[in-house]
Amino acid sequence: MTDQGPLIPRNREIHPNPYDWHYKTSVSRSPSLPLLSMESTPSEETGPRFGHSTLGALDNNLILNWTKGEASAVGERILMHGRVMDENGRPVPHTLVEIWQANAGGRYRHIKDTYFAPLDPNFGGCGRTITDENGNYEFLTIRPGAYPWPNRGNDWRPMHIHISVFGHSFGQRLITQMYFEGDPLIARCPIANTIKDRGQLDRLVAPLDMAKARPMDFLAYKFDIVLRGRRQTMFENKIEGM
Amino acid sequence: MVQSLETLMETPSQTAGPYVHIGCIPTFAGLGGIYPEDLGLSPISDGAKGEIVTITGSVFDGTGWAMRDALLESWQADAAGKFAGQDGADPNVSGFCRFAADKDTGEFTLRTVKPGPVPGRGGAVQAPHISLWIVARGINIGLNTRVYFEDEDNSADPLLARIEQRPRVETLIAKRTGDGQYRFDIRLQGEGETVFLDI
Ligand SMILES: [Fe+3]
Repeated sequence: MTDQGPLIPRNREIHPNPYDWHYKTSVSRSPSLPLLSMESTPSEETGPRFGHSTLGALDNNLILNWTKGEASAVGERILMHGRVMDENGRPVPHTLVEIWQANAGGRYRHIKDTYFAPLDPNFGGCGRTITDENGNYEFLTIRPGAYPWPNRGNDWRPMHIHISVFGHSFGQRLITQMYFEGDPLIARCPIANTIKDRGQLDRLVAPLDMAKARPMDFLAYKFDIVLRGRRQTMFENKIEGM
Repeated sequence: MVQSLETLMETPSQTAGPYVHIGCIPTFAGLGGIYPEDLGLSPISDGAKGEIVTITGSVFDGTGWAMRDALLESWQADAAGKFAGQDGADPNVSGFCRFAADKDTGEFTLRTVKPGPVPGRGGAVQAPHISLWIVARGINIGLNTRVYFEDEDNSADPLLARIEQRPRVETLIAKRTGDGQYRFDIRLQGEGETVFLDI
């Protein structure tokens, strides 16, 4: 049932403006002409699938995966968890979720990151997992630090974790970022604010979830993800010439 | 008041940022050993049926600069037009590839099999094509486009037929530069802007 019918057209109003003067890099990297709209085809409705055999035992544990379990990363230990669903409210099981992030000091393990916060020898900064049959996923990681970036005179990224999700259709492909409840830098961030509707931006802010926190071990943040759904109807018209 | 709709809304996108390679192709990004190998290194394995083709190109920003940090994903059918997972699909074609612009030249290369024609909506047939998804710093929502082939019959393709300004069709067609070699450049903005898709 779930894998029938064309993809529900994307509601572009909830998404960031591709062009945003305050996020300077977007100015020359946003199309200036309208996108070509068309109902999805099997090219967008099918997509790659990744099996659990792809994964190693520590892939979703960023505290330990860089040192292969030898030593723990520095920082506030957190469980990031949530559920991947589609717009019809159905869970998206067995789909790949990948994350990447800065360390507790706000520094990425990347040749281009020259921020003078130190690298953590015990932290790499990426992880991946596959949702279970109910669409649930979990990562154990540390809370990343905020960091400055060259944009306007003094812009800082709020604490955030980058997330990539596949879904079951290539047309569902999504990359987004998770922010943390209570971070005052969210409202000041030009990237967060490429989303013009504050209510939509709030959907990227994960609440502290004490029910999932483990005493004397880690706090938890909950981040649910909704991917595009497919139109379900008993009537499918053929459009002339399509 | 009316009844409430049960439909959820898609999670808003955010830019993949400058460090997308850490998350998606960590070995390429210098984080070797965290996974055995990067995901989607090749869309084909030995024995894949069909013509092997190599597509080379760059992603240009609005200033004409070949972006060094673009990350691309491709998805396609096998030589017979079947997608992985469908009955009778070529077991040596995963159909998925992840590849990045070279950090020094900005050029990418995709080595794959040329896909066959695939069904469209309502019984239509789509000309052979590869779907692309492009992310990078400054791209706030991933860009979808398609690669068609200059030496295929594209005349009845429903998507290409929808492009009103006919010269823009050329932006979706890979140019043959040699035996099994094609060139496909992507222009995000301005003169020769690639047709991006909302599908
Ligand atoms: Fe970041």
